[in-house]
Amino acid sequence: MTVLEPAPGLDGELDALWRTPHGRRGWLSAVNHTNLGRRFIVTACVFFGIGGLLAMLIRIQLATPANAFLNAGLYNQIFTLHGTVMMFLFAIPLFEGMAVYLLPKILGARDLAFPRLTAYGYWCYLFGGSLVVGSLAFGVAPDAGWFMYTPLSSRPYSPGINADIWLIGITFVEVSAVSAAVEIVVSVLKVRTGGMPLSRMPLLAWYLLVTAAMMLVGFPPLILGSILLEIERAFGWPFFDPTRGGDPLLWQHLFWLFGHPEVYIIFLPAAGAVSTMIPVFARRPILGYDWIVVSIVALAFLSFGLWVHHMFAVGIPHLALGFFSAASMLVAIPTAVQIFAWIGTLLAGRPVLRLPMLFVCGFFFIFVAGGLTGVMLAVVPFDWQAHDTHFVVAHLHYVLIGGFLFPMMGAAYYWLPHLTGRMPVYNLGTVSFWLLFVGFNLTFLPMHLTGLLGMPRRVYSYAPDLGWDWLNLLSSVASFVMAMGFALFLADILLQRRFGERAPADPWQAGTLEWAMPTPPPSYNFASQPDLSHPSPSEALASEIAAGRHFLGFARNGWRETLAVEAASGRPDQVLLLPGPTLLPLWMGLATALFFVPALFGLYPLTLLGAVLVIGLTLAWLWSMGSRDDPPTVPVGRGLSIVAAPADRRSPLHWGLAAALVADGSLFAALGFGQAFLHLVAPNVPADDPVPIGAAAILAAAGLAAAAGAAAGSRVSQARLGIAAAGSALAMAGMLLLPLPAPTEHAQAAAANALAAFVALHAGMASIAALYSLARLRAGYVSAVRDLALRNTALLAAYAAGTGILALALIHLLPLAVR
Amino acid sequence: MRFVHGTPTRPAAAGFLLAPLLGGCAGPLSALDPAGPGAAAIALLWWGMLVGAALILLGVLLLLAHALRPRAAPRRVSERLMLGGAGVLFPLVTLTVLLVFALRTGEALLPHRSAGDRPLVVEARGQQWWWEFVYPDFAGAPLYTAGTLHIPAGRPVDVHLSSRDVIHGFWVPRLAGKLDAIPGHRTVLRLQADQAGTYAGACAEFCGLEHTRMTFTIVAHDPADFAERLTALAAPPPAAEPEVAAAFAAGCGACHSTDARTRSGAGPNLAGIGRRLPGDLPALLARHPVPRPGHRMPDHAVPDAAMLARIAAYLEELR
Repeated sequence: MTVLEPAPGLDGELDALWRTPHGRRGWLSAVNHTNLGRRFIVTACVFFGIGGLLAMLIRIQLATPANAFLNAGLYNQIFTLHGTVMMFLFAIPLFEGMAVYLLPKILGARDLAFPRLTAYGYWCYLFGGSLVVGSLAFGVAPDAGWFMYTPLSSRPYSPGINADIWLIGITFVEVSAVSAAVEIVVSVLKVRTGGMPLSRMPLLAWYLLVTAAMMLVGFPPLILGSILLEIERAFGWPFFDPTRGGDPLLWQHLFWLFGHPEVYIIFLPAAGAVSTMIPVFARRPILGYDWIVVSIVALAFLSFGLWVHHMFAVGIPHLALGFFSAASMLVAIPTAVQIFAWIGTLLAGRPVLRLPMLFVCGFFFIFVAGGLTGVMLAVVPFDWQAHDTHFVVAHLHYVLIGGFLFPMMGAAYYWLPHLTGRMPVYNLGTVSFWLLFVGFNLTFLPMHLTGLLGMPRRVYSYAPDLGWDWLNLLSSVASFVMAMGFALFLADILLQRRFGERAPADPWQAGTLEWAMPTPPPSYNFASQPDLSHPSPSEALASEIAAGRHFLGFARNGWRETLAVEAASGRPDQVLLLPGPTLLPLWMGLATALFFVPALFGLYPLTLLGAVLVIGLTLAWLWSMGSRDDPPTVPVGRGLSIVAAPADRRSPLHWGLAAALVADGSLFAALGFGQAFLHLVAPNVPADDPVPIGAAAILAAAGLAAAAGAAAGSRVSQARLGIAAAGSALAMAGMLLLPLPAPTEHAQAAAANALAAFVALHAGMASIAALYSLARLRAGYVSAVRDLALRNTALLAAYAAGTGILALALIHLLPLAVR
Repeated sequence: MRFVHGTPTRPAAAGFLLAPLLGGCAGPLSALDPAGPGAAAIALLWWGMLVGAALILLGVLLLLAHALRPRAAPRRVSERLMLGGAGVLFPLVTLTVLLVFALRTGEALLPHRSAGDRPLVVEARGQQWWWEFVYPDFAGAPLYTAGTLHIPAGRPVDVHLSSRDVIHGFWVPRLAGKLDAIPGHRTVLRLQADQAGTYAGACAEFCGLEHTRMTFTIVAHDPADFAERLTALAAPPPAAEPEVAAAFAAGCGACHSTDARTRSGAGPNLAGIGRRLPGDLPALLARHPVPRPGHRMPDHAVPDAAMLARIAAYLEELR
């Protein structure tokens, strides 16, 4: 058994730099990824407990026919909240927590690219999630189902605050998801240790990268849909109202454009955990690394092409259904490739059946079964019978519990020694597994039959003569067996923390980077960041790392240093200087809460104040970075010297903006899709005549072009920034002055107004960015080699111009073309 | 097309083979107890897929079990065979076959107008939380009912679906798959009952507080009986005693019609209710002052118990 001892004094010096201060203030100001990762995981598990309790209430209610335990209104709140909590407050944040905790450790880094963004994301998640769940205590929890179909969720049929809590609370939580996605994408691409090219990253990093990229594209349609529906509810813009030219199906398209990728967003990180554990327990490298990487990427693309399979029963033409049916089946192929890569790895190796593998075996059975019922549901005629019944409920629990929960529990047992530094109390975990496995299958296997015998989803009661009684009773009883399994799992973790034996170094003989550090991990992860360009045996590597003989094995200047690399090759190209503990993310989270929460009560002046505070804090946040001196070149060890914190195109901030704009572009595309849908597909009476291109549109276009032109290029000039700021401001004015019909009259008018508002908002942002850069320039933060602010302004201005011109075309030319 | 319009041999043969299994599959809302060609074709698809899926699952698990057996030395595994063969080729072939079969089945279930099958056209309008049925052209005029849809057995019926408020799902599992009724849209569902009988229907799409209770019934009649039944509905309702008529008009009449030939107001048409809810009416009316939660029955002066009983007796006559 090796014990990893850092070089004398090194541990203390590095820990002094990286540790999170003790006490309440320390807790509130933490930015360290190990702390925040644990915090995400624990919070997600608390929400899981709440969601689980709600599930038990549902099963009590359905245990016997005509049960009077819950009334219809309360039941609707409970099942809506159960789905919402499990999807948005458990599964996604648990993945985020796993990524935040593990990613730097498997990439050989000391933290993520944007530690303060991680903290901000956590606060948004905590505040938004508490808002959604807390509403149940006041009896005003959302009650229109977790996919919030309009018109049921629109004002006339859901007059209370319930639907607003869903729309606003979940959007608040999504801020956290998009932040995490930006963070993960940039961190995987840039913040790795030296000598790890993309093509040799741990598979888990590929899974997390692809998942985060999917979130960047997949979440914005839902965010947009939620914003539009909230605007419809609050101000009467009739996007989805069929009486004024809107279409309820537009909501369904936007929702499932998010909702289906979401399923794979949940599955992929768990599959990443499986791909990590199987080679370890098979005692050989994974079979078909390249096949798996291609499969993950293919899965990501395909998952955006099959959302309509949630809408087979809305009367879409059969030919189109055939396309989506084929796409839905096609997605089985990259999944099958992974399944057989895992089985093939076990087949080729000498597997040992340790506790995590037990959960992986449970995963194989449940997930493959769920995948097969998924193929059945992709068969259009069968879906016409099974859709909206308990068959679908059974299927989705098979894929989500089988495809996410079981591997994640295996992963929990696998990585708990890392988190706690202690080994599990073996037998308790085994008992927990069998309770869960048997309880799960007895709960949900019969439910397929319940559905085919005609039990629709979301009914709070049923008559005794329909043949569903014993099936429901069985499901209910078994669900309590499953609940006992979870309770035992929780007890096991607590016992392990308290009484578990000290974990040896690398307890599973994994030989991967995250185990090449002491457990529980020190605040700085690696005493020195491994140099992977000359692969050496893992045993030696771990002790070399501990002895500080690789990159950055020292503390200097009070800097929190970690390497950043060229994305593809993994050659170190800079040292990042990361920020330390700060309350800024908390204040930002509170300002964001001030933006969202008053909107629930129609207190829009406060919302406006929140927006102003968010902008102000963002500028203060950005201002705190950078330097008035040109970046120095510093030695990083192993004979290498590279630049420290360059403020140019290599900076992760530049990548971060690009990633954020991908998400923003997805939101814009969804809005454009809405405008096109309302003109081309929705069965409505068109609005009045198309709006002719007038002076305002020309002004807006000219302003955008001027701003983009002036900001482009890398020459440092106050005049150019001035022109960019003025041009964007003009464009904003032009968009606000467009002679559009009143948005409340017709859905098409509402969509045109929403597009104009989108462009005005982004032109305003570009204007602020140009002014900010001007101020940075005057304050001496910008030079020819420190042009990050200019580059980011140029990127933003170009984006505003691009979307602005497209929006003008969608507003003015699309209606003409349709005529 | 054969499953829908041809001889019922194949489903019948399959049904015979699977008879022991099908025993536990009966039920008024069971999609596995089909009573029409649409539901039969889908049930057959299900049994086929179930067998196929069970075999695949078994195969994967056996392979996994084999892979987990302890062994002394590692083994050579062909990447191409495992990933290219089992991972890509096998699902590709299986799914292509399934897709072709599925598309053909689906196409046959759609409401195409082909030579010789003159479907009966009816409308179903969903609203919270009941269905209004309309026969657009019965003997020259429309006919309105609620809660029960009468159809002829052995003849295809095209149900034109629409909604007055939120999205509802029209589903009669023993006859056909389901289809949504969406405000602003008109969708058409083809169904057919092979035999005369009563078939239960439910709302499949969650539609609010009383979604659970949004049930309905389809009664399939032999063709002669069907015409007779509609003719009976189309007849003027029996006259009520004057006081009963006045009390009815003062309260119920604001929303409920008793005449199938006129469209009801906000509430369901009561034509035929005596046949639909035999014996239940006195109890229902006694509870009337406190309608179920969520129901939008307006407040109005409620007659005394004696009058309620007389109204119930009158409604019993609406057959």
